[in-house]
Amino acid sequence: MSEATIPPGAQAPIFYETDEHHHDAGGSTMLGFWLYLMSDCLIFAMLFAAYGVFGSSYAGGPQPHEIFELPLVALNTSMLLFSSITYGFAMLAMNDGKVRSVQGWLAITGLFGLAFLTIELYEFSNLIHEGFGPQRSAFLSSFFTLVGTHGLHVTFGLVWLVTLMVQVGTKGLIPANQRRLQCLSLFWHFLDVIWIGVFTFVYLLGVLR
Amino acid sequence: MSDSFLKTIFGRLTLESFPIHEPILIATFAGVAVGGVAVLAALTWFKLWGYLWKEWFTSVDHKKIGIMYMVLGIVMLLRGFADALMMRAQQAMAFGANDGFLPAHHYDQVFTAHGVIMIFFVAMPFVTGLMNYVVPLQIGARDVSFPFLNNFSFWMTAAGAAIVMMSLFVGEFARTGWLAMAPLSGLDYSPDVGVDYYIWALQIAGVGTLLSGVNLLATIIKMRAPGMGLMKMPIFTWSALATNVLIVAAFPVLTAVLAMLSLDRYVGTHFFTNTMGGNPMMYVNMIWIWGHPEVYILILPLFGVFSEVTSTFSGKRLFGYTSMVYALLVITILAYLVWLHHFFTMGSGASVNSFFGITTMIISIPTGAKIFNWLFTMYKGRIRFELPMMWTIAFMITFVIGGMTGVLLAVPPADFVLHNSLFLIAHFHNVIIGGVLFGTFAGLNYWFPKAFGFKLDKFWGTISFWFWVVGFYVAFMPLYVLGLMGVTRRLRHFDDPSLQIWFIIAAIGAVLIAIGIAALLIQFYVSFRNREALRDTTGDPWNGRSLEWATSSPPPAYNFAFTPVVHDLDAWYDMKSQKAVRPVDGFRAIHMPRNTGTGVILAGLSAVIGVAMIWYMWWLAILGFVALLGVAIVHTFNYDRDYYIPADEVTAVENARTTQLAPAMVGGA
Amino acid sequence: MTMRTPSLPPARSLRTAAALAAPALLGGCDWVVMNPAGDVARQQANLILWSTGLMLLIIVPVIVLTVLFAWKYRATNEDAEHRPDWDHSTGLELVIWSAPLLIVIALGALTWISTHALDPYRPLSRIASGKPLAKNDRPLEIQVVSLDWKWLFIYPEQGVATVNELVLPVNRQVRFRLTSSSVMNTFYVPTLAGMIYTMPGMETRLHAVLNRPGRFKGLSANYSGAGFSGMHFTVDGMDDAGFAKWVSEARTAKQRLDLPTYVTLEKPSENVPAARFVAAAPQLFDRVIGMCTKPGETCMQATMMKDAGHPNAAAETGKPRGSDGEGALQKQPEEKGSSPHRNAPRESAPGTSKPGSEANRSMTSADPLPAILARSVAPARS
Repeated sequence: MSEATIPPGAQAPIFYETDEHHHDAGGSTMLGFWLYLMSDCLIFAMLFAAYGVFGSSYAGGPQPHEIFELPLVALNTSMLLFSSITYGFAMLAMNDGKVRSVQGWLAITGLFGLAFLTIELYEFSNLIHEGFGPQRSAFLSSFFTLVGTHGLHVTFGLVWLVTLMVQVGTKGLIPANQRRLQCLSLFWHFLDVIWIGVFTFVYLLGVLR
Repeated sequence: MSDSFLKTIFGRLTLESFPIHEPILIATFAGVAVGGVAVLAALTWFKLWGYLWKEWFTSVDHKKIGIMYMVLGIVMLLRGFADALMMRAQQAMAFGANDGFLPAHHYDQVFTAHGVIMIFFVAMPFVTGLMNYVVPLQIGARDVSFPFLNNFSFWMTAAGAAIVMMSLFVGEFARTGWLAMAPLSGLDYSPDVGVDYYIWALQIAGVGTLLSGVNLLATIIKMRAPGMGLMKMPIFTWSALATNVLIVAAFPVLTAVLAMLSLDRYVGTHFFTNTMGGNPMMYVNMIWIWGHPEVYILILPLFGVFSEVTSTFSGKRLFGYTSMVYALLVITILAYLVWLHHFFTMGSGASVNSFFGITTMIISIPTGAKIFNWLFTMYKGRIRFELPMMWTIAFMITFVIGGMTGVLLAVPPADFVLHNSLFLIAHFHNVIIGGVLFGTFAGLNYWFPKAFGFKLDKFWGTISFWFWVVGFYVAFMPLYVLGLMGVTRRLRHFDDPSLQIWFIIAAIGAVLIAIGIAALLIQFYVSFRNREALRDTTGDPWNGRSLEWATSSPPPAYNFAFTPVVHDLDAWYDMKSQKAVRPVDGFRAIHMPRNTGTGVILAGLSAVIGVAMIWYMWWLAILGFVALLGVAIVHTFNYDRDYYIPADEVTAVENARTTQLAPAMVGGA
Repeated sequence: MTMRTPSLPPARSLRTAAALAAPALLGGCDWVVMNPAGDVARQQANLILWSTGLMLLIIVPVIVLTVLFAWKYRATNEDAEHRPDWDHSTGLELVIWSAPLLIVIALGALTWISTHALDPYRPLSRIASGKPLAKNDRPLEIQVVSLDWKWLFIYPEQGVATVNELVLPVNRQVRFRLTSSSVMNTFYVPTLAGMIYTMPGMETRLHAVLNRPGRFKGLSANYSGAGFSGMHFTVDGMDDAGFAKWVSEARTAKQRLDLPTYVTLEKPSENVPAARFVAAAPQLFDRVIGMCTKPGETCMQATMMKDAGHPNAAAETGKPRGSDGEGALQKQPEEKGSSPHRNAPRESAPGTSKPGSEANRSMTSADPLPAILARSVAPARS
């Protein structure tokens, strides 16, 4: 069979892979997902840039130190950071092949995420109630858009997380599900990194200014 | 039924939204409707619906998706070109007392639609289609990394195109110019549906483009045949790699800026408004940070096509492969450092303007090097003047002229008098038609036999070629002249009668191009009719050099029964010269992705959401969104996404190919 | 601060060639960009010629070689040498990269120098080639506001204002300060100097000089909506005496441009004939930039001072413009799709059912022409 690829009597190189190994179906998934995350990162980069430009266009409206409540934001940040840690535990459980444990840690991660969202929505509704909605000034427009886009990502992350919990429950920790868990892990930690940027750049610097 | 109930259901869609008082649109609609009904009836009559759905619409085969992209591009080319003809006619007649035949309300939509369609729904599908079809074959892969995503990307692009087409007959399109510059595109100055059509069409198509970029990038990095190191990659694949890097790094910017514009319009934020701290210049900056790389997204793949064609038809290795690769990379990086040259006249400081002017000129160095490399690929070659090569030579001559005027525009004080003038219009048509379209036609004629198993008719191809090339010069050289006469763009009426002759010449050029397009369609028809005479039985009709020519024409669903092993650049040429023998037995079952209709459904739902948002039918948008999310989640519960083509089937297909090749083998021996 | 302006040699031979070729080609057409009446535009034209000349050094050989190689190495020419594996030559590669590099270095230097010399914000250093500016030259200031869809020119020192009529004293430096009332436009007088954008809420500047009396054309070069095509104006170059006479004539205009008149004038209108006013609103230009031309509006400048925490920020009682703006989601259904900027009424566009009708020219739902304009003494444009 392999003789067919070699012209008789010559030490010619092999030109066809006749005994192919089965390629792993998801071989490019992590790379592809990472590329997607980088493109998502660019969306955030543009929103950060917009905030950088508009961050001091108050249009006579409130300034950051007047509206940001650092203790609340610190609590919020800790929710997200804890959720990243618990996701890490979920991944460790996945490596040990413990389905129940994975689901448990995912649930805890989800609860932290939910707490984060609730606090964020509380902050938003307070601001809007006081008349400091996104329409008030370019500063508030860019603030709500940047923080809101992050929140939207967390929301989708939660939907995904619940879906995965069900899938891990029904199908177990098959390779496809492990890959999905890894993708969500990347996504979740990525949101954490973005949030640290938001916390520093928007809240801390905003209050210091 | 109460008025407010109707408003809740239909948003701002009323009977008046249908342009029944616009004779031009009614005639167009009648034409499209009759044509559409005829096509639909024919499909039903010949019972093709099931075939199309099963074999094409739901296909995850990169080859079929590539072909669908090309079909989309050609269909939209007809629409975009109809707009061009209307503009040329309007400008040729609207002098003095004659007001032409297009009122401002219509004319402003026409030039906006022309730009949007030609860039997003003609040029982009063409380059994406070519990359989709050719790249996996060139790297010896069986499909792309994410076949389902590929299908979804295509349908998102198609959904965007459908939304633009819908604006022709329901409501209206934007009247802002193709980049919808703020504040004109804000709610204050464009309260109608036009800009919303623009936003949603581009947003939906943009998702498709971005995902297709991620997909091809992963494919090129991960799925190359064994032995194909980066520096052994065919040059077209290299150009595709550079292009997709640009796509992944530029399209998120478009997404973000359009999202901010949408927020301004829907929520009342103040990003790009004149008041409350907003800044319209921010929009100009951000849209061009996407917009300039976009120009290179369009042209780089065609640089790859020209490289392949020149090398193949000169019967020579590509001259300076390494420097070609580095030139691509330099262009890729510099593409991000030049955006400000689109608005030198907005009052930036002299040092800023100089910086961006000089970076722009620096791009001409690698570009110039590429031109020289093609030149020296021809040098001491054996040049066969087949259609792809003819297009390439026309490109080389045309493109350097466009390049020269482009560098001229990069000199800020020269740009002060040429910006927004017809000189600028002539320049970018010079590079986009002379580069992107000529390249697409070169690629189309080059790879058509691979895709369909028969060559394209040379006679009608030559007719099309000459009408296009001559038509281009007749249509756009007058615009250079008009630019130097101080005539600027997007005007629909002129007072100075001495200008009219130039517009009439330009209109004649547009008619010549129209004949070129007609000849292209005739070329398809004639080639299809004579397909037996034009049949390519070898799979290698041009004496090609890269791996796509190693398989049959058209390739089997799995591309390669056995993955080729690469030892040299120009892998197939290497195999031929070392007399590699194609294995004729021992075939195995091949693992392939399964077709799925989810991509069509998701893109369809996205279009529904877009239309609902455009017309303020909030309930429908919410419903569509919930459905979209639901379908996406259900899709993830389907783990059964691939199957094996049984070894018997592979053997049957390959045996047929062995039989087909036999006469050639005897002849060659 | 005053650096000597390096200026380009006049490229006389190239220009003569162009000037000789032009009439033959055009039958008397006016290549105004290449043959302008203003010194700045003249230098820009020279720059175009020099840059083109530099680039032709490389473009012409490429085109010639393309044709030559294509012909010489055609497949049917069996005599030509064929080297299928020749794909590299270090020497040739060096030439390939360095030839464009050298051109770009030359062009880059030219760019750096000329961009600084011809920076529109920079006061002129000469009136014309060989005619330096007087030491104590004070430029004539003209404030330019692009309105929907017409141009307003304010001569603050002369106390007059015009619509769609720009009058310039010849050989005198002019400083244009420009802004826009609603959307972006580009101020462009091809014969005078390059373009410059007019942008709402922002000020741009342009310095220029006209060297020849006569009547020229100016226009908006950036699409700004339905009435854009009719947004052009006449430019009259006059000697000092003529200009003084024109000013004193304009001062007798019946119309006064005060804030209420401006607010009326600002409304969208198309194909507006020229008109003259006595300028009667102090700091109108700054108010246009500050978006506070209507009663009760806080100027943007004041808001920005307040934002910056400036101690002298005036306590304004008004509201900044746009503070009651809403997005589509908050609007009542009947408000949707309404804007003063619209040109076509919602129901049916007049004239659209009759292509070519004169009514197409001025399809606007806003006042077609403010009554004040119709009454003002407006010399008909030729």
